[in-house]
Amino acid sequence: MNNFFADIKVIIKDLLSRKGRSFLTILGIIIGVAGVIIIISLGSGAQSLVLGQITKLGSNLVGVLPGKSNESGPPAAVFGVQIKTLTTSDVEAISDSSKVPYATAVAGFVRGSATVIAGRESVDTNFTATDGSYPRVQNTEMQKGTFFSDEEAKSGANVIVLGYDVATSLFPNGNELGQIVKIKIQNNNPLLTSDSNTVPFRVIGVQKKLGTAAFQNQDDLVFIPFIIGQRQLLGIDYVQYIRIKVANENNIKPTMDDITRVLREQHRITNPDNDDFSVRDLADAIKLLTSITDTLRIFLGLMAGISLVVGGIGIMNIMLVTVSERTREIGLRKSIGATSKQIRNQFLFESIILTLSGGIIGIILGVFISYLIAVGARFAGYDWEFVVSPIAIILAVGVSMITGIIFGLYPAMKAAKLDPIVALRYE
Amino acid sequence: MLIELKKIVKNYDNSGVVTRVLREVDLAVDEGEFVAIMGPSGSGKSTLMHIIGFLDRPTEGEYYFDGENTKGFTDDELARIRNNRIGFVFQSFNLLPRTSVLDNVLLPLQYSTDKRNHLNRAKKALEAVGLSERLDFMSNQISGGQKQRVAIARALVCNPKVIFADEPTGNLDSKSGSTVMSILESLSKEGRTIILVTHDMNVALHADRIITIRDGEIISDKKVSASEKIHSKIIKEDD
Repeated sequence: MNNFFADIKVIIKDLLSRKGRSFLTILGIIIGVAGVIIIISLGSGAQSLVLGQITKLGSNLVGVLPGKSNESGPPAAVFGVQIKTLTTSDVEAISDSSKVPYATAVAGFVRGSATVIAGRESVDTNFTATDGSYPRVQNTEMQKGTFFSDEEAKSGANVIVLGYDVATSLFPNGNELGQIVKIKIQNNNPLLTSDSNTVPFRVIGVQKKLGTAAFQNQDDLVFIPFIIGQRQLLGIDYVQYIRIKVANENNIKPTMDDITRVLREQHRITNPDNDDFSVRDLADAIKLLTSITDTLRIFLGLMAGISLVVGGIGIMNIMLVTVSERTREIGLRKSIGATSKQIRNQFLFESIILTLSGGIIGIILGVFISYLIAVGARFAGYDWEFVVSPIAIILAVGVSMITGIIFGLYPAMKAAKLDPIVALRYE
Repeated sequence: MLIELKKIVKNYDNSGVVTRVLREVDLAVDEGEFVAIMGPSGSGKSTLMHIIGFLDRPTEGEYYFDGENTKGFTDDELARIRNNRIGFVFQSFNLLPRTSVLDNVLLPLQYSTDKRNHLNRAKKALEAVGLSERLDFMSNQISGGQKQRVAIARALVCNPKVIFADEPTGNLDSKSGSTVMSILESLSKEGRTIILVTHDMNVALHADRIITIRDGEIISDKKVSASEKIHSKIIKEDD
């Protein structure tokens, strides 16, 4: 055992005497291993980010979108196509607890862009017009004041709830409640009758800071009663989408069936092929996004594979370039009494030490950079999960170590079999 | 007899074209002899020495080393002989680059079965060639003469019976060459067998016996008389 460590010491000394070559070999392995770890970590992080954004929308939610779609594809509304098949009476029908018993809260939505004015300040933002049930559907909480009630929403009271960012930019002093703000009406509103092109609202609440969900800043918007947004601001008579909260996860599927039945009844559809709406739950959305991010991960995995191959070729080149020098060295070692076995062991240990240290540095570097990326993404406000895949590490280290050992050992074994004088004279 | 060659033949097969380098060479060298092998380039003198020094194998014939027929020796047995029974000094030194003088001399001990006193033995060998002051120098930081002396120390470190020197002064200036030859002389006086290959008569005349080889055959084998013999002194290098 003592001799073993003495041998290892000699080998390390040897390696240090050839710093350049050792470093280049290690570099190839470091690049391969760190590259794979970073790329795989990026893929997993991005996936966690996308899925996190979706789950942040709320749990146990069922969404109804206008227009038919098949199970695996996204609904047409996603692509910005205006479909007008959902109506306020659909929202009311779904809210009927005798028809959809597991729905605990239902809200209809229309959205649009708006310029909100308070005194001399103005903010370009988006408005969401919805029902009083919104806080129960989305599990949101108020920073100040209250959300508007169902009655206020239905009667079209001129009240407004500000998102956190809008509130802070319009009212830096924090005295929002009770103030009057105005929203500019879009010019293309066909129902526009009034001479005035602004609608006044009284601020009754400010929503708590939420951050981003589904890649939208949830604090840069305002909430107004549904009927006002629909009629006065947008000038339309349909609902853009409906969200339904279900108390228990197990009731999501039955609720989706109930909603489908109610809407078919409402729209007088007998043949399911003619459905003019889509009922989705988050599980569907997650499944869809997972299939997209999985593709991304496979693609990234391929790139990782390429970086591994590049690293491997680097190792191979360095090993092959030095074959003649090393063959002469082996000739010398044999001529002073090394056996083939001793030479094989020496080169084997040398390759293992080189590739292992490269692998370890590669792991440290890869994990460190992945961690920096995760920290950076979190600093930018994203829920980026720091993932290190053990399989990626094993694969990367395994492949580069095997490449290093094969291309380090194979020429050495060949040289060790030569007569000393042949190896000494190798050109 | 320490070394006995019987009808040694060496052929080189160069893609079907067979070149006969040694033609049935018979040679005997006794323990303690200082032998010079001479001959023009291509005569086969180096090949002969590589075979005697176990760096190469004969195509035909028998080689008895220390009374044993080496024909059936395995690779490991040959490696063992190269390690502790013989020492080789090359024309081009063959030191490991970027490695210290001491580590170069320690190299054969790395493959030795005797694990004792490595450091002392290496230092002693370097003392014998007058390089005790250069232990930590890198092999590329010293002069050619010093390199060859390191190579001799490396050949000596396992205390071999025979030292082989293949044109040991071939790459050296006359001063360093003279120092190297005087070291070989003193090793011979200690009782070691020395076999030297050279084409330089002034180098060969340091030996007790000169064997001349031409076209793969020994054409003369004679003793060097005391009056002909050349002795070298250690000449201090101006470094």
